[in-house]
Amino acid sequence: MSTKLSVEHVYKVFGAHPKRALERIEKGQTKDEIFAATGMTVGVSDACFEVEEGEIFVVMGLSGSGKSTLGRMLNRLIEPTAGSIRIDGQDITRMTRKQLIALRRREISMVFQSFALMPHQNVLENTAFGLAVAGVAREQREQKALAALDAVGLKANAHSYPDELSGGMKQRVGLARALAVDPGILLMDEAFSALDPLIRTEMQDELLRLQSEQARTVVFITHDLDEAMRVGDRIAIMQGGTVVQVGTPEEIVREPANEYVRSFFRGVDVSHVFTAADVARRDQVTVMERPGVSLRAALERLRGHDGSAAVVHDRGGRYQGVVSIDSLIACIDGLGRRDDGHIEDAFINEIEPVSVDTPLTELMTQVAHSPYPVPVVDEGGRYKGTISRATLLHTLDRTDKGAA
Amino acid sequence: MISLYAGIGAFWQALKDAFVVDLPIGEGFTAVVDFMQTHFDLFFTAIADAISFVADNLTAFFNYLPPQLVFGVLAVLALWRVGWQFALFVLLGLYVVMGMDLWPESMDTLGLVIAATLAALGVGLPLGVAMAKSDLLAAFVRPVLDFMQTLPAFVYLIPAVIFFGTGRVPGTIATVIFSMPPAVRMMNLGIRQVPAENVEAGRAFGCNPLQLLFKVELPLALPSIMAGINQTIMLALSMVVIASMIGAGGLGDPVLAGIQQLRLGTGFEGGLGVVILAIILDRLTQSFAQRSRQRTAISTRLKGFFGRRQDAPGN
Repeated sequence: MSTKLSVEHVYKVFGAHPKRALERIEKGQTKDEIFAATGMTVGVSDACFEVEEGEIFVVMGLSGSGKSTLGRMLNRLIEPTAGSIRIDGQDITRMTRKQLIALRRREISMVFQSFALMPHQNVLENTAFGLAVAGVAREQREQKALAALDAVGLKANAHSYPDELSGGMKQRVGLARALAVDPGILLMDEAFSALDPLIRTEMQDELLRLQSEQARTVVFITHDLDEAMRVGDRIAIMQGGTVVQVGTPEEIVREPANEYVRSFFRGVDVSHVFTAADVARRDQVTVMERPGVSLRAALERLRGHDGSAAVVHDRGGRYQGVVSIDSLIACIDGLGRRDDGHIEDAFINEIEPVSVDTPLTELMTQVAHSPYPVPVVDEGGRYKGTISRATLLHTLDRTDKGAA
Repeated sequence: MISLYAGIGAFWQALKDAFVVDLPIGEGFTAVVDFMQTHFDLFFTAIADAISFVADNLTAFFNYLPPQLVFGVLAVLALWRVGWQFALFVLLGLYVVMGMDLWPESMDTLGLVIAATLAALGVGLPLGVAMAKSDLLAAFVRPVLDFMQTLPAFVYLIPAVIFFGTGRVPGTIATVIFSMPPAVRMMNLGIRQVPAENVEAGRAFGCNPLQLLFKVELPLALPSIMAGINQTIMLALSMVVIASMIGAGGLGDPVLAGIQQLRLGTGFEGGLGVVILAIILDRLTQSFAQRSRQRTAISTRLKGFFGRRQDAPGN
């Protein structure tokens, strides 16, 4: 993966003398101090991050955190006060008007919170808006617009007008309009925030589906953590104009950078953020299946480690089964003195391994009902760890504590 | 108590004597008019020629049209844009005008109104766009517009006569001045009220300033622009009557005759003619304020045909 977009030490100051505010920032004054002293607002302060080709990068923060300002600086709808923004290595802050217009037509397109469709144009014309502005011939742009509408499932409504569509449909048009120009970067500013929850989820799925068909670089701005966790490959969290943390959803939930980030999880169900791989522990007693490992040796090992159950895997680390003290004893009782027996006979049948990418929500019942820790395996069937009731409770408890 | 009152009175008198001088505003205005008349003669002649060319030709054109054609065209327009009831009203109204024997006067007025409106829009609409783009310009233009609208019309009829003599030309110019402000104001307002996100969308997709104006701002401001144009036409119509005092002609003549010679009937007939013309022009221009795309939908066209145009403009 290569870097598509990089934001380096970007500042935005709203006010009469931005340079003076910058000097104050360098002296270490806070946003509030600068506002009190000069009346100027620091919108974004020293933002740095990189967006990889083909990922959905979420910028998340509460209102007033500067996320929309940051988003609008990426296509210079708002001029940055300082810093540089590179798209494919080219610094857009140094571009002339002409280059900038060319960039907006070709390279970066935007989806808006309130849709911002043109009420005097029908769906097809709206979708073709960017192409029309760029001077693409009618036939060609309508063809591309129709393809984009088809991708969002609105081909049948091509000749409707925006006021005849529902909110979700309008935003599909907004999305199609942005996709029609086949941009390198898709900028989505609170794109789903004005939709009701059900439609919002539907649109998130739509975005993820489109992304699975063709991975685009998406910068997705939102104030909704659930949404950020759901669509984001990586998330940047903004607070008071600064980027306080950048990481994958799991990283941010597991190690919030500060109290502010932690406070986001208040009332947020994180169980769908974690997957089996995130909570699985390797502290379970394991037994390697090889010639010579007898039932008795396994029992000995279990007793020696104070465990009640052990995971059996082969030399390649592939999961074989789970044995417990009880199941081992039951098997050994049926053996002759010289008979080593087969460890497979002691496997507990009702324990089914789960795959690493199973979300925590789907694991809960299984873990809760299983008398022994549930083993986790990856795609190759290799043993990755186990999830016990205690581990599960601990995970949930920790996130709850974070919220309290 | 009385002495206090007298004291304040004496103090005020002293203050007035000390500070208030006679300001020669009237003299100044006269001087400016004199100066302009002597030094900008060519300029005024050029304007007069241009306006008289348009106004004379338009009035001549409307008078040349056979009344049947005017009846037909206006009725069809009314049927298409508003509804059959209004088409009926148009036919009836024009019949009344004809019956009052005011047809040539009405056509004169129509020509003058259209000439004045064209001039007012030609200057006013671009000015409104410029005002919307520049707060500085807006701050300068707004008081001028207030001045143009509130200064009694008779006051600038006089300099109009000085510069252009009597007749259609000064009448048209006075009408242009009086009727231009709403076009400027509504254009300015309409563009400023285009939702910020639509403008941002335009810019985000790479519009240059001209594309932004023609593809986003003007279409979205259309209802408000059309309301401004409608107001301009209405004001022009009312001013044309006043302008007949300086010989502009048209429907103002019978009204003026009615006032001057106390001929109640003549005055009323002229007034009625103006009202009929006003209603026809008002409804027709208002109908264009609705988004033009409503015409394209067959269902709305049928609705319009059967006179059910309740949908609000600009939805």
